[in-house]
Amino acid sequence: MTALAALFWRDLRRAWGSGALWLPIVFFLLVAASFPFAVGPDAPLLARTGGGMVWVAALLAALLPIDRLVRPDRDAGILDQLAVRGFADEVVAAVKIAAHAIGFGLPLLVALLPAAALLAQDGARVAMLASGLAAAIPALAALAVLSAALTANLKGGSPIGGLLVLPLAVPLLIFGAGMLDPSGRGAAKLLAAASLLLTAIGPFATGAALRGLRE
Amino acid sequence: MTELLLFDGVACIRGDRLLFEGLSLTLNRGGALWLRGPNGAGKSSLIRLAAGLLRPAAGMVTRRERTALADEATALDPERPLRRALDFWARIDTVDGHAVDRAMDAMALGNLADVPVSMLSTGQRKRAALVRVIASGAPIWLLDEPANGMDEAAQARLVAAVAAHRANGGAVLLASHFALGIPDLAEIDMGTLT
Repeated sequence: MTALAALFWRDLRRAWGSGALWLPIVFFLLVAASFPFAVGPDAPLLARTGGGMVWVAALLAALLPIDRLVRPDRDAGILDQLAVRGFADEVVAAVKIAAHAIGFGLPLLVALLPAAALLAQDGARVAMLASGLAAAIPALAALAVLSAALTANLKGGSPIGGLLVLPLAVPLLIFGAGMLDPSGRGAAKLLAAASLLLTAIGPFATGAALRGLRE
Repeated sequence: MTELLLFDGVACIRGDRLLFEGLSLTLNRGGALWLRGPNGAGKSSLIRLAAGLLRPAAGMVTRRERTALADEATALDPERPLRRALDFWARIDTVDGHAVDRAMDAMALGNLADVPVSMLSTGQRKRAALVRVIASGAPIWLLDEPANGMDEAAQARLVAAVAAHRANGGAVLLASHFALGIPDLAEIDMGTLT
């Protein structure tokens, strides 16, 4: 247990160390700030479309650090050393997913408030965005770590990594943004179900990808 | 049980190439085995088989104890001070800080504890990887070219550390293209296997 905690804190320290903490926040806020310029300052229109934009920005913010989630650990031999010590690849993957979920998820939820203000979202919609994102963050983290593991052997793999998980992330986008639609009853439950499924599959799929890196 | 590591009829295929087959070896407590041979003969692959990082194409590899591996990757976070990077593995291995202190003294790295790993020289990094191996307390050491980039004083410390480990009942599997001056050393010439 101590060993897993050490592993978790190392990943979290690397996610937040030397200014990396600000990367997803700044990215998220930049998208929120530039969207009104693109569609015009029409508040009702912004309020109607802004929520979906928040979801797209959250997905991209999760994928942003994809090239430093697995590849540096592979190159430095950290993953080999963990395997030598008998850590199951699935356990390593689960710890990495948990650390990424906290590492980008917490700052994202904080950045949601200013982003929602920029996109003219009212209180009720902000609450729905926050609860929806909180439910989806483990799944987004699982997808990001999975694609990081799948592309760790490829040079310039991160753009491909984003494409790999895009189809898997579509249900999260549909149900997450669907929660904001007044007629979208049940979207919250479907979002939670989709998130649960992806979060449950994540460690096993990522573990298999980590095993593949050693061959 | 004196055997710590057993290979029984092991074959190794990398890519489409058969590196070796029918390889059997035994590493006993207090024993040391030197894998010699030219580049590409399969020394590193054999080390990775022994570590469980590769699966043999045929045959069986049995480890009876924990292993510690030092290969070309140091597995130390480059941005961290040396001591903190080593402490990470001490926590993973659940050994206390004194083990790290002693290992750092054995490799003469005590005065570099606060230097970031990225600022270390090649030889110092090799010594740091050996500190990780020594401090882990694992009975089986797997050393892949441990002396690359080391000066003579550091090589002597490596030889002394190996001797101390064997005296404590540990075993060492060493891949190197040159002899290090380790006494009482069994050897396998990988160049003659295929």
